Amino acid sequence: MDNLLSIVTFIPALAALILIVFLRGDEAAANRNAKWLALIATSVTFLVSLFILLQFDSADTGFQFVEERTWIMGLTYKMGVDGISILFVMLTTFMMPLVIAASWDVNTRVKEYMVAFLLLETLILGVFMALDLVLFYLFFEAGLIPMFLIIGIWGGKARIYASFKFFLYTFLGSVLMLVAMVAMYADAGTTDIPTLMTHQFGSASFSVLGIQIVGGLQTLLFLAFFASFAVKMPMWPVHTWLPDAHVQAPTAGSVVLAAILLKMGGYGFLRFSLPMFPVGSDVMTPLVLWMSAIAIVYTSLVALVQADMKKLIAYSSVAHMGYVTMGIFAANQQGIDGAIFQMISHGFISGALFLCVGVIYDRMHTREIDAYGGLVNRMPAYALIFMFFTMANVGLPGTSGFVGEFLVLVGIFQVNTWVALVATSGVILSAAYALWLYRRVVLGDLIKESLRAITDMTRREKAIFAPLVVMTLLLGVYPALVTDIIGPSVEALIADYDIARAEGASLPMLAQN
Amino acid sequence: MIEADLTIILPEILLSLFAMLALLFGVYTSKDKMAPLLTWATAGVFVLLAAWIGLNGGGDNVAFGGMFHDDAFSRFSKVTILLAAAAVLVMSQDYMERRGLLRFEYPVLVALSTVGMMMMVSAGDLMALYMGLELQSLALYVIASLRRDSLKSTEAGLKYFILGALSSGLLLYGASLVYGYAGTTLFSGIIIAAGDGQMSLGLLFGLVFVISGLAFKISAVPFHMWTPDVYEGSPTPVTAFFATAPKMAAMALFARVLHDAFGGATADWQQILALLSVLSMFLGAIAAIGQRNIKRLMAFSSIAHMGYALIGLVAGTAFGVQAMLVYMAVYLTMNIGTFAFILSLEKDGTPVTDIAALNMYAKREPGKALAMLVLLFSLAGVPPFLGFFAKLGVWQAALDVGMVWLVIASAVASAIGAFYYLRIVYFMYFGDEGEELDRGRSPVLWVFLMGSAAVMLFGVINLFGIEGAAAAAAATLVN
Repeated sequence: MDNLLSIVTFIPALAALILIVFLRGDEAAANRNAKWLALIATSVTFLVSLFILLQFDSADTGFQFVEERTWIMGLTYKMGVDGISILFVMLTTFMMPLVIAASWDVNTRVKEYMVAFLLLETLILGVFMALDLVLFYLFFEAGLIPMFLIIGIWGGKARIYASFKFFLYTFLGSVLMLVAMVAMYADAGTTDIPTLMTHQFGSASFSVLGIQIVGGLQTLLFLAFFASFAVKMPMWPVHTWLPDAHVQAPTAGSVVLAAILLKMGGYGFLRFSLPMFPVGSDVMTPLVLWMSAIAIVYTSLVALVQADMKKLIAYSSVAHMGYVTMGIFAANQQGIDGAIFQMISHGFISGALFLCVGVIYDRMHTREIDAYGGLVNRMPAYALIFMFFTMANVGLPGTSGFVGEFLVLVGIFQVNTWVALVATSGVILSAAYALWLYRRVVLGDLIKESLRAITDMTRREKAIFAPLVVMTLLLGVYPALVTDIIGPSVEALIADYDIARAEGASLPMLAQN
Repeated sequence: MIEADLTIILPEILLSLFAMLALLFGVYTSKDKMAPLLTWATAGVFVLLAAWIGLNGGGDNVAFGGMFHDDAFSRFSKVTILLAAAAVLVMSQDYMERRGLLRFEYPVLVALSTVGMMMMVSAGDLMALYMGLELQSLALYVIASLRRDSLKSTEAGLKYFILGALSSGLLLYGASLVYGYAGTTLFSGIIIAAGDGQMSLGLLFGLVFVISGLAFKISAVPFHMWTPDVYEGSPTPVTAFFATAPKMAAMALFARVLHDAFGGATADWQQILALLSVLSMFLGAIAAIGQRNIKRLMAFSSIAHMGYALIGLVAGTAFGVQAMLVYMAVYLTMNIGTFAFILSLEKDGTPVTDIAALNMYAKREPGKALAMLVLLFSLAGVPPFLGFFAKLGVWQAALDVGMVWLVIASAVASAIGAFYYLRIVYFMYFGDEGEELDRGRSPVLWVFLMGSAAVMLFGVINLFGIEGAAAAAAATLVN
């Protein structure tokens, strides 16, 4: 079983192929079969990935389960996981069956819908496992196609605007990344990611058009990758595609977007920016930290005034991603541990929050906050679950949201006190918008005529939330589950980073002499 | 001696004989009634010849004192040309018959132009080159105006003829200069005269004119002006033919002239080709944005694609030629699929070329729309489809010789170009409810569309082994 990773990656694609080629018959039956096949395929994927996790040796900081094969055009097909990527793989395989289950009520073009989600899963898993630059780019870029279609076909009213905005923003970012990859290949002569991580890219300063570029080639490469990852993340000020995409995407699309796709940016920083361009990262760290701090405060304030529930949660996602970038670029153990933890936990929490919106949207077909109020009277179970995830979003101790934010803030405090101060105010703001949203939607008297007949959650809906509640609580009270796995790899990453940074710091002096 | 020579060019002789017999047969039987039969027979002959050349040939044979080469490179090109021409013939049969365009001359002319193309890719001498090129072109001029009662079609034919004649003039002028300064028309002689930086100014002039003439044939900017008009005016199956086999032949001829005759002067032609390539990529990407007519759009798309293929030649290495050959093979496959789709677009029996007519096409024909989606993303060079790998190959070739700027320019051009392919996807999937197009009725077109999309998808696994064949072909050309 030396190709477990490929098996995990391509099970969903295989299921998609079966759907395209073999699924026939009358519409109702075909739709039912498509849903079941998708659910089974994603569940099997999860089980196989669980098997990988059990065999994973967290003490080993190198890549494990590595597969390497020569491929066309002199390329290499190389996959592998380490302590940093394995949890993202798990997050993806864990969320996908829930996403499919949450889409049970989709009735338009069901077959295409399921095919799009299955292909998306394959491509996302590929991103997290690829150990070759070209292979990574391939998965990274191809993931745009199904997401573009998901928003554009099954989205809301302004879906076309949103899908084009999504595509062009991310495509523009990745073109810059591609150019940087070309430059990297020209410089290092290989596309193998583990080799590139040990390759020293030039860091001597030079000037372009009279502008002194500190950190030289590394800074330029860093910026090119940053353009792509910052859009994916998304960081302020290039976050504006996210609220539009979220509002227009169907519920399941939003869940995938928030829970998994946003993590590609953070993963990219950890896999490429820090290890490959340490000097460039070091040069740009203050900028990134302040951008993150601004993101946290600014988007939290914007979230306060939203009238659309999904938009509010989308802005809150941007704020939470601000903690992630901040933790990564704090570049110490607590910071990066916290950033990864925050990404995993945000996957569960934001996914659950979008599902919460989906529950009432399915019933009332509106996401306006003003259209609701007093839901607790008719939907007690819903009120409880929504409350739980609201609290987790705020970062209540005992939930996983707390651990991530706390670790990041501890990490950043050691690096830059002022940024930490600004960022901490975001914790208060997040309590403000999240609790206020909860009060307006769930609490109070049920006075709206239209809500009188609203029904509580069905058994299927509860079943979808159950695993998310369990994971959020479990990670909240026993965070070592995550930190034990990521710890050694993060430690190794930071050690290499510090060495390279120290070497890089002496280089500009040499260049001047 | 002469028997050995004749054995080597046996495929060309047989195809010429077939074309003449078909002509006689067409004239003596009751004319156009036999045209469908002839079309199928011609396609069959193409496939048989392709199989024969592909499976049987071996080694590096030279005929007629170096004027005709039969090597791995020419065999690779001939097989792709023959298969592409056969595919187009099969696809056109139903479309042309229903419009009364299927005259028996059509397959005969296609066969003759294919003989020309086979001569071109085997040419080892400037005279042989010109002979092949003209045989090909004259046949193409005629089929461009196949729809005799249509103003646009005759205009296309005339335009093509006049500009084509001009380019042949340029080429001949260049060839005469080369002859004058090298003292021979044989490539094997020219390469000695033009080797190792001792190229005379006159020879350089000749080279520039030859390149200009050839650039016209592959419609590289700034010799592209005829392309959109000819593509739009010609009957769609003829456009499909223009976009496929002749492009491959001209590209292969380009590679052969540059490497066999001017292989010692790489630095001299590299910069010219780089310029042609960059201009083609950008013009193709930008000018197509405003197009609503899908045939004109495909014309600009083919200009851009020739720009990408040229990158492989710019590299001037064996790997570059290999990447170019792979690129062309992928390009031909994509275009055959795309034109199969275009041919199937009809409303009440009349062809539709406006892309806005594709509104919500995906709802009515999900299978075909999906296949077209794959082809469009592949044309745009979005991974994971084969189009991306074709681009990657030529980029790699350029990087190996340190042309980073060319790669960056082409990455930018491909990002711009992605827009118009994406817009077709937009019409098919997200558009408003539009007019109802006819349901596709031709199973042949369906097969080609689906087959080509499947190749784009599954070719990623191992490129169907054409990479090895292309490498062998490139190795015979560059050493």
